[in-house]
Amino acid sequence: MKPDPARYVHGTDAPWDEFQVVGKPHRKVDGLAKATGEAVYADDIQLPGMLHAKTLRSPHPHARIRSVDTARAEALEGVHAVITGADLPTKYGVIPWTPDENALATDLVRFIGDEVAAVAAVDEDTANRALELIDVDYELLHAYLEPEESLERHDPAIHPDNKKGNISKHVELSFGEVDEALERAEAGELTLIEDDYTFHGTTHAPIEPHCAVARYSPDGLLTLWSSTQITHYVHRTLSAVLGLDPAKIRVVQPCLGGAFGGKSDPFSLEFCVALLAMRTGRPVKMLWTREEVFYAHRGRHPMKMHYKTAADAEGRVHAVDAKILIDGGSYSSFGLVTTYYSGQLLTGPYDFPAYRFDSTRVFTNKPPCGPKRGHGSVQPRFAFEVQLDEVAEAVGVDPIEIRRKNFQGEETETVNGQRITSNGFLECLARVEEASGWRERRGKLERGRGLGVAGSMYISGTNYPVYPNDMPQAGIQLKVDRSGVVTIFTGGNDIGQGSNSMVAYLVAEELGMDVAHVRVVAADTDLCPVDLGAYSSRVTFMVGNAAIDAARKLRAQIVEAVAEAWEVEPARVRLVGGRAIDLSDSERSIPTREAFQIAEVRFDTLGSTGSYNTPTLGGDYRGGTIGASPAYSFTAHVVEAVVDEETGRITVENCWIAHDCGRAINPMLVAGQMEGSAYMGIAEALMEEQEVNRFGLHRGPSLLDYTIPTSFDTPELHALIVESVDPEGPYGAKEAGEGPLHPSIPAISNAVYDAVGVRLRHLPFTPGRVLKELRAARESRAGESP
Amino acid sequence: MQNLRLNINGDSVEVGAPSHWTLCEVLRYRLGLTGTKQGCDKGDCGACTVLIDGRPVLSCIHLAALAEDKEVTTIEGLRPLHQAAGGEGCDPVQDSFDRCGALQCGFCQSGMILSAKALLDEVPVPTEEDARAALSGNLCRCTGYTQIFQAIERAACERAGLEPTKPAWAPESSEHEA
Ligand code: FES
Ligand code: FES
Repeated sequence: MKPDPARYVHGTDAPWDEFQVVGKPHRKVDGLAKATGEAVYADDIQLPGMLHAKTLRSPHPHARIRSVDTARAEALEGVHAVITGADLPTKYGVIPWTPDENALATDLVRFIGDEVAAVAAVDEDTANRALELIDVDYELLHAYLEPEESLERHDPAIHPDNKKGNISKHVELSFGEVDEALERAEAGELTLIEDDYTFHGTTHAPIEPHCAVARYSPDGLLTLWSSTQITHYVHRTLSAVLGLDPAKIRVVQPCLGGAFGGKSDPFSLEFCVALLAMRTGRPVKMLWTREEVFYAHRGRHPMKMHYKTAADAEGRVHAVDAKILIDGGSYSSFGLVTTYYSGQLLTGPYDFPAYRFDSTRVFTNKPPCGPKRGHGSVQPRFAFEVQLDEVAEAVGVDPIEIRRKNFQGEETETVNGQRITSNGFLECLARVEEASGWRERRGKLERGRGLGVAGSMYISGTNYPVYPNDMPQAGIQLKVDRSGVVTIFTGGNDIGQGSNSMVAYLVAEELGMDVAHVRVVAADTDLCPVDLGAYSSRVTFMVGNAAIDAARKLRAQIVEAVAEAWEVEPARVRLVGGRAIDLSDSERSIPTREAFQIAEVRFDTLGSTGSYNTPTLGGDYRGGTIGASPAYSFTAHVVEAVVDEETGRITVENCWIAHDCGRAINPMLVAGQMEGSAYMGIAEALMEEQEVNRFGLHRGPSLLDYTIPTSFDTPELHALIVESVDPEGPYGAKEAGEGPLHPSIPAISNAVYDAVGVRLRHLPFTPGRVLKELRAARESRAGESP
Repeated sequence: MQNLRLNINGDSVEVGAPSHWTLCEVLRYRLGLTGTKQGCDKGDCGACTVLIDGRPVLSCIHLAALAEDKEVTTIEGLRPLHQAAGGEGCDPVQDSFDRCGALQCGFCQSGMILSAKALLDEVPVPTEEDARAALSGNLCRCTGYTQIFQAIERAACERAGLEPTKPAWAPESSEHEA
């Protein structure tokens, strides 16, 4: 039995047994501001005298810059400054171990769209004209467009300083007796399924293009407003690249128009507007075009994967062996982490007695890949969940049943040393099984219609900050006003997922307040304590725990002061419903505002801080902490798909999404994350592809060519929330924003198998590919029949 | 450069802008009405949707000059217009989006809400198919549209005195509304 959490929070003798705020749907703290157009996004910022900047980009996938001549551009009327790579020579990268990017190319350009020069002018039209007047002399180099080629040769090297040629990162880890199990399979004692799987490249396509505005004040303070999800890392990197004291830099994230991982690197435009503002003494804005957003990319890595799974006659997995080739594009970005994640995050929700992966990330002359929702683990998850269906078929076990059989359990440790706490995966399976009518319908629907299942797990942040340090990973400050308002200062980046609302709900719950009396100031390095950023699904878990920590300290002071004033034991004083009440005397209560004032008299100006740091986690081996999370979320999907055998078109009609988020702090927002994740995954499988042609040119850098789903393309999404109540999560909460993407893709493949009997192992599932598979299946059937 | 006389949210305004500027640019960068968003600047995403004489128009591919002598409504206009008509708070469509969780990053939402508004002005109780059709030019990358459909249904039901469908995530027993 888990402790009743409400009583745990509010005290066992609290006269209410429900949370006051948590677990209920609420408005978002910034909802109406967004609904009315009042919310300010980066490009909405207009400063007096502001200049507009534009970027010159490489037209070649791989070339050496012999010279850049900016004289003609500088001479154009209305141009205030032109900068090139020589002005920003310091290399950087979001992972400090792999600094291989320059804000503007210094010697090599590495993909079509790589940044070469930037211009600040009175308006965008003038800046664009100036770009045409910059003369760049390029020496063309061989372009690597296939990852296999980058494995084989490295002359010319994409990063000449890299000691491993064109290999960005290689990780090989083995746990348990993999070879032994494979030998038993060889000997016929175990079933072995072995196959190749391909995941293509996809990109985030947030509706807001990247934008940054810089102001360099006369006192030498640089302020940068940027559409970033990592304010703190941008702050650090700006300081390093500009050679400025970090105390002279303030980074602010305004309202953000979507990111999904696509705004979690420091980007060229942030350095360019900063330097241009310093050079000109005027504020400078750069807004990327939609085309430029496709070049900035940092999206899903294409992966070529080879998997072997050995299982016994009951369908129990004995060993999994994976070999993965990862196409990283032109820069490292988070690639070191991606390479680990491609293996480390597969060891749940199923128990693997033995597991090995061998992942290699290579550089190619394409837009750089990075973290997209479900970073590094969506691709292997696809491969494995399809393979698990193949195992189920081979041993004659129902696909949901085989997932149940291999369930790893709660409070356990994975084969690679990751600690699992709460685990609601079985309930997830039960929920989608029931809601989809699986037992009655699977395998029994008319030809062309099928059901498919898949499961997954994901991290709620990890204990690996991108630069090693022992300071808290998340911090919160609370400030109390005599009006009864509490203001939360948080470094957390609200990227639309609702993290500002989440902290407001938690503080309101702790202090027994109306959410409307809680204000949030976020993601401003001058005003807010550090949080590492919105990535790895860490925000609810870490910032949420920090908020609770701060609120409890404050609550203790308020309760103590009121108890003293009433001359009663503090245990009798409770904060609830906007009041401080006396549990033993129902006549006695005062509004929270008065309680705040009493406490201010007693303790002086009120405020508190709170923080969160992960416990020591992870396996005792190199890389063992990467992917080690204080809590894992679990998901199961059932997809209902229809295959048109004439056109090869797959239509997903329904997707049941059961997600164990620990606890839904606001179920409405959790459902929104689940639906948004699933829809994005389905689109990756059926509609989207980030690809270059044989010249290295992006195939269609627009929202017309890169087709993200419209309202017509989106299936019925059924969000089923499962709450396992994690022992360490804030009120038991875990992540909800990334996990629910994973199963959508393999579940479609598995549904197609149920519908028409072909296995789709290579993404995307285009009509052409489906037709080819159908034809191959027909031919092999014809070949078999006598 | 040209001088434009525009009717925006009930105000008649005069503004100078380069003659190739779109309505989106004039609204955002001349008039400071930044609630109208720009997601692609080429007619693909719908973030820049405004109403011209009550019909949704993509302001990023609509020359500002073409809007002269027409009634332009932007997202900033809905609340004041609602209040001028005797209502309280925001326009019920805006309110419904907020109460249904339909606003994630919010970047698509001014366009989305205006398209929804135009639909609801024309079809009092739209079906989900009507809603899908009316929003098909407005891309949302965050929500998967589900909560947007729910927001439209709820706004319509509230006006018509009908009961909206409960979302899948809402527990049977409890009041699910924010
Ligand atoms: S900005 Fe107008 S359609 Fe995208
Ligand atoms: S809410 Fe973010 S794009 Fe729609």
